[in-house]
Amino acid sequence: MSDKPRKFKGGVHPNDSKALSAQKPIKEAPLLDSYKVIMHQNIGAPPDLVVKKGDAVKKGSLLAKAGGFVSVPLHSPTSGTVKLIDKVPGPTGISVPCIEITADGEDEWGSPFEPIADWTATDPAELRQRVWDAGVVGMGGAAFPSHVKLSPPEDKPVDMLILNGAECEPYLTADHRLMLEQAEEVVIGGSILARILGLDGCVIGVESNKPDAIEMLKKAAAGTSVRVQDLPVNYPQGAEKQLIYAITGREVPVGALPMDIGCVVQNVASAAAVYDAVVKGLPSIERITTVTGKPLVDPGNWKFRIGTPISKALELAGGITEQPAKLLLGGPMMGIAQSSLDVTTMKNTSGILLIAQDEVSQYTSEPCIRCGRCVDCCPMQILPATISQAVENHRFDWAEKLNVMACIECGSCSYSCPSHRPLNQQFKRAKVEIRAGLRKKG
Amino acid sequence: MSEETPTIQLPDPAKLVVSNSPHMRDKPTIDRIMFTVVLAMAPACIAALLFFGLAALKVLVISTVSCVLAEEAWNKMMKRAPTWKDGSAILSGILLGMNFNAGAPWWICVIGGFLAMILGKQLYGGLGYNPFNPVLVARVGLLIGFPGIMTTWDKPELGTLLIDGVTAATPLGLAPGETVLQDMMLGNVGGCLGETSALALLIGGAILIWKKLIKWEVPLAFIGTVFIITGAMHLVNPELYHSPFVHVLSGGLLLGAFFMATDMVTSPMTHKGAWFFGLGCGLITSLIRLFGSYPEGVSFAILFMNALTPLIDRGTIRKPFGYVAPAKGEA
Amino acid sequence: MDTLIAVGSVGVLGVLLGVIIGVVAKAFAVEVDERIEQVEEMLPGANCGGCGFAGCADFAKGVVGERATPAQCPVCSTEDVLKISEYLGIAAEEKEKKVALVRCSGDIPNTVRSLYNGVRDCRSAVLVAGGAKGCDYGCLGFGSCAEACPFGAIEMRDGLAIVHKDLCVGCENCVAACPKSLIVMVPAAATTHVYCNSPEKGAVKRKVCKTACIACRKCVKASGEEDYMEIDGFLIRSNYENPPGPDLVEAAECPTTALRVDAEHVKGAYGGEA
Repeated sequence: MSDKPRKFKGGVHPNDSKALSAQKPIKEAPLLDSYKVIMHQNIGAPPDLVVKKGDAVKKGSLLAKAGGFVSVPLHSPTSGTVKLIDKVPGPTGISVPCIEITADGEDEWGSPFEPIADWTATDPAELRQRVWDAGVVGMGGAAFPSHVKLSPPEDKPVDMLILNGAECEPYLTADHRLMLEQAEEVVIGGSILARILGLDGCVIGVESNKPDAIEMLKKAAAGTSVRVQDLPVNYPQGAEKQLIYAITGREVPVGALPMDIGCVVQNVASAAAVYDAVVKGLPSIERITTVTGKPLVDPGNWKFRIGTPISKALELAGGITEQPAKLLLGGPMMGIAQSSLDVTTMKNTSGILLIAQDEVSQYTSEPCIRCGRCVDCCPMQILPATISQAVENHRFDWAEKLNVMACIECGSCSYSCPSHRPLNQQFKRAKVEIRAGLRKKG
Repeated sequence: MSEETPTIQLPDPAKLVVSNSPHMRDKPTIDRIMFTVVLAMAPACIAALLFFGLAALKVLVISTVSCVLAEEAWNKMMKRAPTWKDGSAILSGILLGMNFNAGAPWWICVIGGFLAMILGKQLYGGLGYNPFNPVLVARVGLLIGFPGIMTTWDKPELGTLLIDGVTAATPLGLAPGETVLQDMMLGNVGGCLGETSALALLIGGAILIWKKLIKWEVPLAFIGTVFIITGAMHLVNPELYHSPFVHVLSGGLLLGAFFMATDMVTSPMTHKGAWFFGLGCGLITSLIRLFGSYPEGVSFAILFMNALTPLIDRGTIRKPFGYVAPAKGEA
Repeated sequence: MDTLIAVGSVGVLGVLLGVIIGVVAKAFAVEVDERIEQVEEMLPGANCGGCGFAGCADFAKGVVGERATPAQCPVCSTEDVLKISEYLGIAAEEKEKKVALVRCSGDIPNTVRSLYNGVRDCRSAVLVAGGAKGCDYGCLGFGSCAEACPFGAIEMRDGLAIVHKDLCVGCENCVAACPKSLIVMVPAAATTHVYCNSPEKGAVKRKVCKTACIACRKCVKASGEEDYMEIDGFLIRSNYENPPGPDLVEAAECPTTALRVDAEHVKGAYGGEA
């Protein structure tokens, strides 16, 4: 039944610190007075606003409709009145427009669509439309609209659907708890996704450090054509390309998409959101988020509606015992550092993490001693140290020749660098410059 | 003052640092790596002390101190922050000391220290920028400048405090057949401090490989190549050439293969490159030892390969995961 | 005897090679338009690339080949342009000298910034939280422009890039280097500028910067009949068609000191109101 997973080359083994929140059951966050829903939550085009100031909305009402194919609609997290704000601190540090919903306390449902009674007999196209209408995105981090991945062009047949439950980021346990507590929903969600793609079943990949989740999933998947695959613990096991390789042995070509080799990867949380959208008829307005970190009084996993400010989430976790060095959205390896507590959660906020002063990574620019640790751990098998030199010399053409474009920004190189060089940032810069150069060329 | 705080404390946003991911890092730092290598040198140092007594201690201490002082003097001159804490100067100092005869005069250690740190390292910009192994730069510089002192070896005496200054030849200088393998293994042979005890060096090398501080490919390819080439020549003419075991256990080969050739800064970064590097070192060492006028070739071999390192690095750029040839990959 | 042979043979070899080089140089001499050399000599020789050519020699070739006009050199003074035009016998173009203006006055004491840890240059910093600065539009202060300036005309002071007008030749290298597109070229004759680039509403700007332009229009009113200032949303700019003089600064009493005389700005004479 379970094939032996392949091990990708490279990777690192950071201290996963998941014990802080792994045994904490998911708690429903209490209703807030107001939610600030950031408009542009997905990769691709921003959605088009359909409400105006003062409008009364219900929980689940459409706030904005998809602004193109690579775009998803946005729904209201609760019932109340709409206020439009042009500028709130966004998760990337740039101010962004948002829709504030002042809650009326009724929390009355007004879902724009009905549950689909028997999804096994429903036309896959209708199911796909539902996934789109419900605003489901990749909830693992990238927030790529799910329906786009479910619409492979005809010349690219898909024969493999993988649900990503690796959760290789240290600290995060949101997917872990989800798979443990809602195993059945994940499995059914996966089956729905498989039906949309015209496939028989799917594979759920889970890192073997979550044996309880694997067991629950296996129980839930018994009798279905969903297979649960345990994966070796190695960061970044949950990176799309590494995950596909581990399960199928196929390598996604540089610059190509998983679709090009017949694979589609969806996050387990997205699968659960698909279940909600199809079976329960609910739009994607909430997600499970791990609020954790050593400075927190009571780390745990909560179900937050989109638009919940970080400050509220931290209050739920009991506040802090010491001033943390960093506040992150996401995990410590790829999360984005925040400087404001007013940033609100989005569909892809898998974690709110406080990093203590003593475990934070301070970047310096000590010289590279060419120890080769980054070279050994790079999961994409490029040469971080050499590329870093090229970038420092503003030679982006060298960096491009050294395949910096293959970098998935997993951060393994910076993690392992004894000189604490900001390698990842340099590569990000190089990629930006190279793309700008390509645009200039036309 | 035990203050009860009924209100929930939240982080102060003004004190939150923003930076690029990742936000955690692995434990090793430059100084940790350097001091681990120093630790791996310990068995060889102890062996040197056992065989040469206080004289060895004197040489090691003077070399280390002069390396550190040379580096700091340079830093002062260039108005840079002190760098001795990163441990690289200390490591270079100990390695340099291992290259001297136990009876080496103090001033040669001091000159060596300055040559290594200034000529070998700081002139290029300091740690990480030097193309050649600083210790070997110093060793070769001294070998050319003071060939007498650098090729006279005191006779070791187990458990001695003060050596009596009787000189002995390095096994490679002896005629084939006069050497005793067991003595070479333990260290009871003439030679510089670091090349006496093969056993101690092997222990140190094992520590380095276990800690993943060196690429095992380098010593393996290096020693393997020397073994095969000298072995072949020994089979051709055992009268003229030493047995491969003598070659491997004698001279600076083990010291060079485990501690000098594997210097991170001056050796290739990829594992494939490490194979070529070790192979080249072994080849040149064998050629010099068998056919050259120097009895010893390890230093020259490594320095030569150091010069080739950028070339090897360039030649061994690996293909990334999911690599496609540019022709059809451009979509 | 041996020495003599050695000296002799090397000597003969030297003479022989010298002759060969001489012959080859004559035989294969490349015809060069001497005007190119002359023009190149008249150019400033800064090799800044501001003209769009690969350095001064290339530009000289372009000018002689009539692919460029002397006035395209941003570094040349009006006299230089005249001289070159005269030499080539072409009509001299009018050339208005332009200098760079960093449209931001938000130095560290006057702005909100978060602590930043990473690569110390603007183009890298902007990738992390937009540069860790409260204002999304202001100077990041890591000096990518100063580094790009071949003339040392940009000084980094308190996390703010300050252009020394007397040193700036207008090569525009800094304009391309700034990831926030903060730097614009303005006529060198203009002395009074609004040092702000944020199109946000005044209240939003004031939260993050003490010296932002809050579009109170005092300066517009102080201009009276003259259209010295241009209004662009929540931001006011000097009208460089009809630039204001230093006296407007006093007359306007800009409450945030965003409106400044450049010479005083360079001296650091302004500060945000507490």
